[in-house]
Amino acid sequence: MHPDAQAPFLEMHNITKTFPGVRALDGVTFDLHKSEIHALVGENGAGKSTLMKVLGGVYPHPHYGGEIMIDGHEQRFSSVRDAEKAGIAVIYQELSLVKEMSVGENIFLGRAPRKFGIVRWEELYRCAQKSLNDLHLPIDPRTPIRNLGIGQQQLVEIAKALSHEAQILVLDEPTAALTDAEVETLFGILTKLRARGVGMIYISHKLDEVFRISDRITVLRDGRTVGSNLTSDLNEAQVIARMVGREVGDIFPTVDHEQGDVVFEVHNISVEDPVVAGKKLVDSVSFSARRGEVLGIAGLMGAGRSDLLMAIFGAHAGRVSGEIKIEGQRVRITSPGEAIRHGIGFVTEDRKRFGLVLDQTILNNMTLAGLRRISGRFITSIDAEAAAGERAMKDLRVKANSVFTIAGTLSGGNQQKVVLAKWLLTNPRVLFLDEPTRGIDVGAKQEIYAQINKLAKSGLAIVLVSSELPEVLGLSDRVLVLHEGHVTGEFTRESATPENVMACATGHMKQAA
Amino acid sequence: MSKPANEPVIDRPPVAAALASSVDAAEIIPQTRIGQFKIRTDVLRAYTMVFALIAIWVFFHYSTDQIFLEPRNFSNLMRQTAVTGVLAVGMLMVIVTGQIDLSVGSVVGLAGGIAAIAQGWLGWGLVPSLAAGIATGIAIGGAQGALTAYVNIPAFIVTLGGLLAWRGVILGLSRGETIPLRLLSFKSIGQGYVGPIVGWVIAAIAVAAITLMTVSRSRARRRHGLGATALGTTLARVLVPVVVVVGFIYMMNSYELAPGIHAGIPNPVIIFLAIALAGAFLTQNTTFGRYLYAIGGNPDAARLSGISIRKHILAVFCIMGALAGVASVIYTARVGSASPDAGQLLELDAIAACVIGGTSLMGGRGTVFGAILGALIMASLDNGMSLKNVEPYMQNIIKGAILVAAVGLDMAGRKRG
Repeated sequence: MHPDAQAPFLEMHNITKTFPGVRALDGVTFDLHKSEIHALVGENGAGKSTLMKVLGGVYPHPHYGGEIMIDGHEQRFSSVRDAEKAGIAVIYQELSLVKEMSVGENIFLGRAPRKFGIVRWEELYRCAQKSLNDLHLPIDPRTPIRNLGIGQQQLVEIAKALSHEAQILVLDEPTAALTDAEVETLFGILTKLRARGVGMIYISHKLDEVFRISDRITVLRDGRTVGSNLTSDLNEAQVIARMVGREVGDIFPTVDHEQGDVVFEVHNISVEDPVVAGKKLVDSVSFSARRGEVLGIAGLMGAGRSDLLMAIFGAHAGRVSGEIKIEGQRVRITSPGEAIRHGIGFVTEDRKRFGLVLDQTILNNMTLAGLRRISGRFITSIDAEAAAGERAMKDLRVKANSVFTIAGTLSGGNQQKVVLAKWLLTNPRVLFLDEPTRGIDVGAKQEIYAQINKLAKSGLAIVLVSSELPEVLGLSDRVLVLHEGHVTGEFTRESATPENVMACATGHMKQAA
Repeated sequence: MSKPANEPVIDRPPVAAALASSVDAAEIIPQTRIGQFKIRTDVLRAYTMVFALIAIWVFFHYSTDQIFLEPRNFSNLMRQTAVTGVLAVGMLMVIVTGQIDLSVGSVVGLAGGIAAIAQGWLGWGLVPSLAAGIATGIAIGGAQGALTAYVNIPAFIVTLGGLLAWRGVILGLSRGETIPLRLLSFKSIGQGYVGPIVGWVIAAIAVAAITLMTVSRSRARRRHGLGATALGTTLARVLVPVVVVVGFIYMMNSYELAPGIHAGIPNPVIIFLAIALAGAFLTQNTTFGRYLYAIGGNPDAARLSGISIRKHILAVFCIMGALAGVASVIYTARVGSASPDAGQLLELDAIAACVIGGTSLMGGRGTVFGAILGALIMASLDNGMSLKNVEPYMQNIIKGAILVAAVGLDMAGRKRG
């Protein structure tokens, strides 16, 4: 708890790492004490993940510059296994558990207790139970991983790391997929581990969490350390200023959108869970959106926001009922193709999974949804496509050499702009945006916000789903709050305060505008 | 703990900071180092197979007393490539969509058998017999495609079942007999030639088309800011294919069936070239082709972009079936009869041709040109080894080893890139 008291347990001095054509880390210095939670923050591409890969042995010894000391001894990891032996455990954003195996098998993956080469199952499950008990996790070690939620899987990862006797635990965006209750459990465990002497490096975009849990905060920018201070000496604005290298003045330029007629209405939309019979993911939700209006949909993870949009768009696996009207006309939508023909665009969440064909060009991605409109019904025209793509690239300020750059090589912000361009090129009347700024840096976020305002001004009706409350409140003319598939609140821009919206989102309160 | 870092660091103008954090470092084009030379990895990959083919030809030519590249054998080689090549064009589309078809060898056997039965036992004319064979292929492709796309049975399983079942059907239908071709016109599809004059007409059209396309493409590149192409490069882009086309026609025409009687292009080669061109056009210049690559590259993104994955999988299996039907006609006509075990292992030749030509079995990547090169390589190995009297068992071992080695080299190249 007192990092200044003694020499740090882990020291990384002057770490540099270059990739062809780019210096990802440029003399980074970082240290960690025992019993400390040290937060590492920075925009995407600042070098956080690269630094942790150096620490975790993913980039082995001679392939980086600088030195790593643990407990005063220099370490030269030539593999991930070496780093693990030295007591370092990295829990990556993409969990590395084997879904088809049990919790116990995962905890002891590759080092199951055995006799004459035969696995001793009783012993394995007994030890696994002990690691889980240590963390007070009420999980049966015989449960298959696929039966656990993401939050519990995360906790199993931690149990696995600790069973390696890890002294240094790296958590890369551990709360990205967790519910609030699961975040509480995780924080409880981290606090316990801190008391036990474990040092933790906590990487997160969520500054409120960083301020809650960490003892110290180091900011990285463009591969350099731009400050390392006790959390108690800092505030959020200072940290953001360091992250972006500038003050984030007016991140949400408040624009009152001029609103026209209602172009889009849905009545009593219900969506059944395709897996669990009888369960409703969305229950009788109705709303409407006007030309030029931004309608925000707030709610916690699992409130049914994405299910609602997917269902309207004709892309939900479950049974959908309800009525959709576009410009007063009742329409039936049973596939994304029909939704697009009726003028709905949908910037889906998780651009790598749902948005982009990563190994194709920017142009191919931009024109995918509107290909027949842009290029020709059957025979494509590269000229027509490139003209449309170049215009979109300029309008949205996509930074790339040309429209023929491969989409997978772009940064998150630019990828998101490509997805946005794809939907604008379908010439929509209504645009759904699901988590449009997830995992992109502050600068790109601002650009996306400016685009949203511009699109609303041009007369598009926009339905915005976001987990970041300031984003929903800052952009929306009206906010709809969902809780467990029901509408629990509707607010105007004036009446939508964070407290009100949160109270409805957690189900504490019901209110209509 | 040191304090100086506590000062807020705001030293760069905002615009520069925004630019620096958003321009992507990974945009640098991957290069591969060979000795002291550096070459763009994607270009290298495309040319490796061309060089491999040339190396194989030179090797066989000089190790067979210069028989291999003689007009007579070259003409034969091209005729042999036709069947695998036609199948490879269809297989490419199937694999690009992220599917696989293991049944094509058996479909070739069944469709060819049905065409032969129609003209022999049922006494049908040429056109109805051919139609029966090709329709068989389309029907099978449609059935397998529907099971894959609408019943969600993996294509691997559906077509593995097909591999067994369709072979069984033709064994049953033919009662194990080999059915000879009665119609000369049928045989001539596999054994005849179009004649030297037609060959030169085709050459003239091809040369004109290549020149026009290259010029218009370099104009398009300039329009879209990819930089002007150097005159030398443009010239090379025109001259190389023109030399290949003229050389090819010349070789085909200089094969003498009898002294003074020049053969021209074998009919199967004409059919193959037409299908290859159509396949290249379909995959590169149509919305249909673009959708296939998108579905193979990221099915979720394709579906949410309004593309019907099911319809496209069904369509692609129908095309594969139709091409298997065409291949069966060529095969049966070339052999002069339909035996119940005709076409065995052809599915593997077609898949190998695609893979050697750089197609990813994960879907989303591959070209018709690559698949054709792959088919040429496979056929050249068959032909060359037969000329050298390599024992059949040894031929299989060598072909298998070369397939694995080709993909191994490609993967090694990718890792470096």
